[in-house]
Amino acid sequence: MTDRAPVIMIDGDLPTAASRAGTGRRAPAAGPGRVPLALALPAAAGLAFLVLPLVGLLARTPWSQLPARLAAPGVVDALRLSLVTATAATAVSVVLGVPLAWVLARRTFPGRRLVRALVTLPLVLPPVVGGVALLLVFGRRGLLGGWLASTFGVTVPFSTTAVVLAETFVAMPFLVISVEGALRAADARYEEAAATLGATPWTAFRRVTLPLVTPGLVAGAVLCWARALGEFGATITFAGNFPGRTQTMPLAVYLALESDPAAAIVLSLLLLAVSVAILAGLRERWISTP
Amino acid sequence: MRPDGPHTLLDAHLVASRGGFHLDVTLTAAAGEVVALLGPNGAGKSTALRVLAGLHPLDAGHLNLGGAALSGVPAHARPVGVVFQDYLLFPHLSALDNVAFGPRCRGLGRAEARRVAAGWLDRMGLTAQARAKPRHLSGGQAQRVALARALAAAPALLLLDEPLAALDARTRLDTRAHLRRHLADHPGVTILVTHDPVDAMILADRIVIIEQGRVVQAGDAATVTRQPRTDYVARLVGLNLYRGRGSGHTVTLAGGLTLTTADVVDGEVFVAFPPAAVALYPQRPAGSPRNTWPATVDGVERHGDHIRVHLTGPADTAADVTPAAATELDLTVGRQLWAAVKAAETRAYPAAG
Repeated sequence: MTDRAPVIMIDGDLPTAASRAGTGRRAPAAGPGRVPLALALPAAAGLAFLVLPLVGLLARTPWSQLPARLAAPGVVDALRLSLVTATAATAVSVVLGVPLAWVLARRTFPGRRLVRALVTLPLVLPPVVGGVALLLVFGRRGLLGGWLASTFGVTVPFSTTAVVLAETFVAMPFLVISVEGALRAADARYEEAAATLGATPWTAFRRVTLPLVTPGLVAGAVLCWARALGEFGATITFAGNFPGRTQTMPLAVYLALESDPAAAIVLSLLLLAVSVAILAGLRERWISTP
Repeated sequence: MRPDGPHTLLDAHLVASRGGFHLDVTLTAAAGEVVALLGPNGAGKSTALRVLAGLHPLDAGHLNLGGAALSGVPAHARPVGVVFQDYLLFPHLSALDNVAFGPRCRGLGRAEARRVAAGWLDRMGLTAQARAKPRHLSGGQAQRVALARALAAAPALLLLDEPLAALDARTRLDTRAHLRRHLADHPGVTILVTHDPVDAMILADRIVIIEQGRVVQAGDAATVTRQPRTDYVARLVGLNLYRGRGSGHTVTLAGGLTLTTADVVDGEVFVAFPPAAVALYPQRPAGSPRNTWPATVDGVERHGDHIRVHLTGPADTAADVTPAAATELDLTVGRQLWAAVKAAETRAYPAAG
């Protein structure tokens, strides 16, 4: 019996290979043109709503007293404490959050969706609740607090460390989400290419992956830092409001509002200026605008 | 034609699955040999390459390179270099640092690794591009940097995945010649994955054809070209191919058609002949050509300076005729013709082995 008898015919044309472009698709660019009224009105209202409070702040600022008020002892302490704790919280978030983001982006394991949900939980959790939860863990009779006190003689709540922990708890998800997104956007096959060149997974991460996600990492760190700088609820619950030790700028603003509104305005203006300066400085360099 | 004995550097039986697809191929190669894995898309070529590189696990079989078992060895600990289809040059590193990456990972210091890399870029004629980032390189330059990067780590096994597929036709020609020189110099084994028979024939010493995860044919370019064993290969090399049962100078095809061949054959055989060997007649020809059969025109296309006619009948056939003959034959779809092939134009060879 013979097999089926088929066949042939080709053209001499070479099969055209789909050449891969390295870059992703681009969204159509923005261009000039009329904006429909139904979009223009709410857009203008939205902008006004965001800008008006800032205008109010500037309008009511006691400019003549500004130098004297800024030099007041409590102000400098609060500002220094805010900058130090926000930076420390960002550093902790980078050290712990980048590996966490890598695991979430690059590995599959049972319960990964649950882990991601848990990581983002502080984003939706009221900060005060976060503060209470931290107290229940690190407090004198908390899950870890008792052990820390008896073993190391360390009490965390109502210390500068507590400020950093509270800020980290609230701000780290911003970093994890940003870095995880950057890792997903970066082609994992670069890590494979590194492996074929003899790079261990750690070397590949350090020399290939990390540089590729640097813009996402910086953007995440800036968001994280800004969120930590403005942290209020978890901080006042878990760290209290002790000038020089746990009283950060937002706490100082809140306290001043009850006794000396002009001081509150000056402190707010200072916080605003610091945030804007840092964001503007980094945005130029790192954060790409579409 | 398989190299065996002391010269065999690569000895592999790759069994792996990937999303319902099953790969089972045997590969051996001697030091200095260039082997092309040729096959249609989805045949398993890339999976085979990933298994060799250690990027995909080996389910069964074995993988020995220079006497050392590699299965279970992680990718970064294998003496294997890969040129990826889209190169995967690290975008944040200059061409020089891309090439220096491998030597650095193998333990050289920064300065020493850069010197090695500069030597490779020089050999590739890319000294002027050493400081350029990959996005500023042309396709051909990027391909050379990728090749230099893979070779700089001195791999015993060099793997190339569709090395020319991402290039335009003109660059492809130059790069192919360039690649051929460097592959000839590589002392280890080179495995080249491609779906382009021209690349395979020009670059490789031996061709292994893979279809649906299995090796269907292996041999040097001349043998594969003259004696295709599957429809895919026949299409690649442009031959009409039939399977049938031979007895002396006669081969009976599945459709009942009997062909007279110049070769004497017996048992299960293939018969192959080029489309240009097929003559078409409006009436049954009388006289010399003994292989004639009725055929119906199924399609007509322009093909270089001649017309290719696709025919159905007792045997599906491609025939090449001149434009003048095409006009005379009134080639419309459904037209009844007679096809004829001289016995001397056919080649018959055993289907087994």
